[in-house]
Amino acid sequence: MPTYRPGPVSLILAALVALFLLMPLLAVIPVSLTPSRMLAMPTGELSLRHYRSLIEDPRWLQSILLSIRIGIVSSAISTVLALCFSLGVWMFQPRFTAALVGFVLLPMVVPPVVSAITLYFLLTSISGFSSFFGYDTWLGVAMAHSVMTVPFATVLILVSLSQLDRRIDLAARGLGATVWERATRIIMPNIKFGIITAALLSFVLSWEEIGVTLFITSVNAITLPRLMWMGLRDNIDPAIAALSVILIIITVLVLAVRSVMTRQSAGH
Amino acid sequence: MRGVLSDRMGAALLMAPLLLFLVLAYAWPFLGVVKWSFTLPTPGLGQYDALLTDDLVQSVFIRTLRIAAIVTVVSVAAAYAITVVWVRGSPAQRLIAEFCILVPFWISVLTRAFGWVALLSNRGLINTWLQSIGFISEPLTLVRNEFGVVVGMTHFLIPFAVFPLASAMRSLDDRVLLAARGLGSSRTRTFWTVFVPMTRSGIIGSALIVFVFSLGFFVTPAILGGGRSVMIAELIYLRIFQSPDWGLGAAISVVLVVFVGALMGLLFRYVRPKQLI
Repeated sequence: MPTYRPGPVSLILAALVALFLLMPLLAVIPVSLTPSRMLAMPTGELSLRHYRSLIEDPRWLQSILLSIRIGIVSSAISTVLALCFSLGVWMFQPRFTAALVGFVLLPMVVPPVVSAITLYFLLTSISGFSSFFGYDTWLGVAMAHSVMTVPFATVLILVSLSQLDRRIDLAARGLGATVWERATRIIMPNIKFGIITAALLSFVLSWEEIGVTLFITSVNAITLPRLMWMGLRDNIDPAIAALSVILIIITVLVLAVRSVMTRQSAGH
Repeated sequence: MRGVLSDRMGAALLMAPLLLFLVLAYAWPFLGVVKWSFTLPTPGLGQYDALLTDDLVQSVFIRTLRIAAIVTVVSVAAAYAITVVWVRGSPAQRLIAEFCILVPFWISVLTRAFGWVALLSNRGLINTWLQSIGFISEPLTLVRNEFGVVVGMTHFLIPFAVFPLASAMRSLDDRVLLAARGLGSSRTRTFWTVFVPMTRSGIIGSALIVFVFSLGFFVTPAILGGGRSVMIAELIYLRIFQSPDWGLGAAISVVLVVFVGALMGLLFRYVRPKQLI
């Protein structure tokens, strides 16, 4: 327990920072309720027309469905690849582990814009051979997102493996379990929370990915962030405010549920 | 002997798919980008020469370094203020601080940039309010300039600056602070001469993370700068898609990677990777 509590000056400064952090999230609420067709504060009457246009305009629905599809596929690819790799690292502790893990983490530390131009190069090269897999296709976007999310999935799975007791694996090995049995029946059930977290994080990262997506799509594979980007750059569409409010509410609810769950599990 | 051999085989089989995937989908195309920088539009070092002589490229580099430096100082200071409360406040204060740090952290960069547009634009919340109370007659220009970019990037990066600071503050031994107080040091003096110096590794770690992130920032400057305050990442985008000059875009990317690599090397000399989580 810390015995040294922050004083009044610290609290005031922290409150100012907290206000700064929440301000833009609160600001979208009034904008989303404006009756105006353009970005403006509501003057007098409020309207839900921008929420309606999210449902009625097929472009929003299409891009939401596309983002979900890309998120699921890319999360599956990156979770499976990250799981196999991490199991290999943990079970066999090969030489050069540090260098190999460092290589896998590259897409996480290289500036996103450099990864974007790299994946642009890759997908335009593939487009020369194939029309359904390459630049501006949903499969191409899913693969690019897997490249970007696989380091995060690997870190999460490696962290949960590092908390696992090696002796249970040694016992299984001593009793004659094969590599496959050790992996699927001993190790994986014990790190399933880490695997699920990795899959969820990969999905969320793909769902909101914009930096790379901007480089590798033009007119066909319009994900939700890509559509928001178009609405932000050209002529600011207040429907984005309505969408932002919904996304913020979902985030707050998920975080609240998570915090209650961790509190309960800590209480037991 | 057989055991050792099958161990190696097993490791190779499990690790190969991801390594192969990243070699083919990341390392190989990156080499392709490097090749572009030396061959487009004509073979040679022309693009790197242009980086050193082109006035536009130069001014973008200088602006990027300036914005990154300002954002780093402001973000780390602001993160420090809120982290103190998150780590050492009363349970209720900690809960509020955690909420204010984690909610923005999980919300997409686009939504957050849009929130700042809603606040700062000519018909946004701040200008509407200032005009309605008669404080100003003409709207202030708060976006589509460097001010908007700095505000938006600082907002994005504060949560990232918090984590290394929190880890440094958590590992600090309370008895040191009690000793300082017991020896007659005031609260303020204890903070500046004991608390802050003892969290130095966290400050260095979070400053380097924020600085590295700022250098390659794309979305926030592009939206809040409105094309008038272009940073390196946006310049790469413009060179690839608007004035097709792939060679120059590729050369800027290569320089950016080398620069960030050098900074990361510096980071890991001062802080162990585990301290950053």
